[in-house]
Amino acid sequence: MRTAVEFRSVRKRFPKASYDAVSDVSLKINEGEIVTILGTSGCGKTTLLKMVNRLYEPDSGEILFFGQPIRQMNPVELRRKIGYVIQQVGLFPHMNIGENIATVPKILGWPKQKIEKRVDELLELVQLPAAEFKKRYPHQLSGGQQQRVGLARALAADPAIMLLDEPFGAIDAITRRSLQDELLSIHRKFRKTFLFVTHDIHEAFRLADRVLILDAGKVQQFAAPAEICSKPACGFVEKLVDSAREEQLEWKAGGAENDQVSASLS
Amino acid sequence: MIKFLLRYPEKVVVPLLQHIELTGLTLLISIVIASALSLLLMRSRWLSQLVVGLFSAVYAIPSMALFALLIPLFGLGEKTAVIVLVIYNQFILVRNILGGFHSVDPAVIESAYGMGMSGAQIFFKIRLPLASPVILAGIKIAAVSTIGIATIGATINSGGLGTLLFEGLQTMNMVKILWGTLLSSLLAIAANLLLAALEKKARKAVNGEG
Ligand SMILES: Nc1ncnc2c1ncn2[C@@H]1O[C@H](COP(=O)(O)OP(=O)(O)O)[C@@H](O)[C@H]1O
Ligand SMILES: [Mg+2]
Repeated sequence: MRTAVEFRSVRKRFPKASYDAVSDVSLKINEGEIVTILGTSGCGKTTLLKMVNRLYEPDSGEILFFGQPIRQMNPVELRRKIGYVIQQVGLFPHMNIGENIATVPKILGWPKQKIEKRVDELLELVQLPAAEFKKRYPHQLSGGQQQRVGLARALAADPAIMLLDEPFGAIDAITRRSLQDELLSIHRKFRKTFLFVTHDIHEAFRLADRVLILDAGKVQQFAAPAEICSKPACGFVEKLVDSAREEQLEWKAGGAENDQVSASLS
Repeated sequence: MIKFLLRYPEKVVVPLLQHIELTGLTLLISIVIASALSLLLMRSRWLSQLVVGLFSAVYAIPSMALFALLIPLFGLGEKTAVIVLVIYNQFILVRNILGGFHSVDPAVIESAYGMGMSGAQIFFKIRLPLASPVILAGIKIAAVSTIGIATIGATINSGGLGTLLFEGLQTMNMVKILWGTLLSSLLAIAANLLLAALEKKARKAVNGEG
């Protein structure tokens, strides 16, 4: 199996900060894998992700993209091979949905017909019928629909890997679940490599082949969900898993209480 | 009034054309300089604040005072008037150009970089169109204020509709005063309407309604 992305002793500290945002990260991500990056706010998830498409540069260490050091690649060229989706979506408000999705294919000089076909295909993939949505503008879409377009736009030029930074973080629980399902089905279809940042442990475990748990810029554990639950690598991971379990128990307890309340009312 | 116009058409038409030329030239130079300045300042927030602050102080100087200050340097005439007007416009234009670019949602810019657009592509396809309503609003205000202040330029022989006004005042010729007032007001209103329409169109395009 090929390695899609490799981090070698990667470290990043922002100017004037007294600590590393990402501290000595070394790991390999296999081609076709969904890796979720899980950790509390400020632990360095975004920083780690943005170093892959060179929106940030590491202070030391090296990142390889299919074996090639990205430092030697032209950043603009590199980014065209990588899909990028962020929580705020960032659709271009002055372009309709079709034009938004066509942005990178247009830059790459695809023929017009191929672009048209690709846009329709992608809209179908993210369950937005082209006839209805292609000519709409971003402000005429719900948050969930906007993020579907964000996903389609990132997939447009058939990138080798996808970077997703809390893409469903601002979306209600029910829509989020259906978006997660769609993401999984897209992944099953194309077997692309996904790096998916989230602070939601349920989301992280639900989507991942492997979960990368970060704390204070350091990797705490990088393993399959089942292994993390059965063999937490350290106290931090154990606490994280326990707190998620407790949350689930509270839910059940709450459900029972509610049943009693409704029983006594009837 | 109509009789005056029919008898001495050149006394009305020539100042009007001069006025249009004077404001057109002023706006052109102002926009070029303000664009260059804004591009230089874009990278530094504190430097832009400093420069816009300085321009706002200059903007507060009464126009007569600024003319008086610059006549020893540039003499009487159109050149000095254009210089003064260009200086005034810098405050309005630089403030609005920078404000326009800062008003663009950073998430939009981040996703544009993230998908592999070059700096030039982002500037021309994203930043500039999205900043254009605020920039056009600045040009609108600058045009109206230039048309107004340019009438005062007549005191230093820059020509234009101000000439009608001041000649009219000196000789107590009501007809000249009225023509000067009427035409400069109409010119300002026309410029305002035209640029407001452009601004509205740009705003609709930005919001995906155009
Ligand atoms: N552009 C930046 N400039 C300075 N500090 C930053 C910047 N981005 C992030 N940081 C800092 O780096 C650390 C990691 O941030 P980030 O990677 O955004 O965390 P996460 O995405 O996990 O919430 C935080 O302490 C944050 O304050
Ligand atoms: Mg983040």
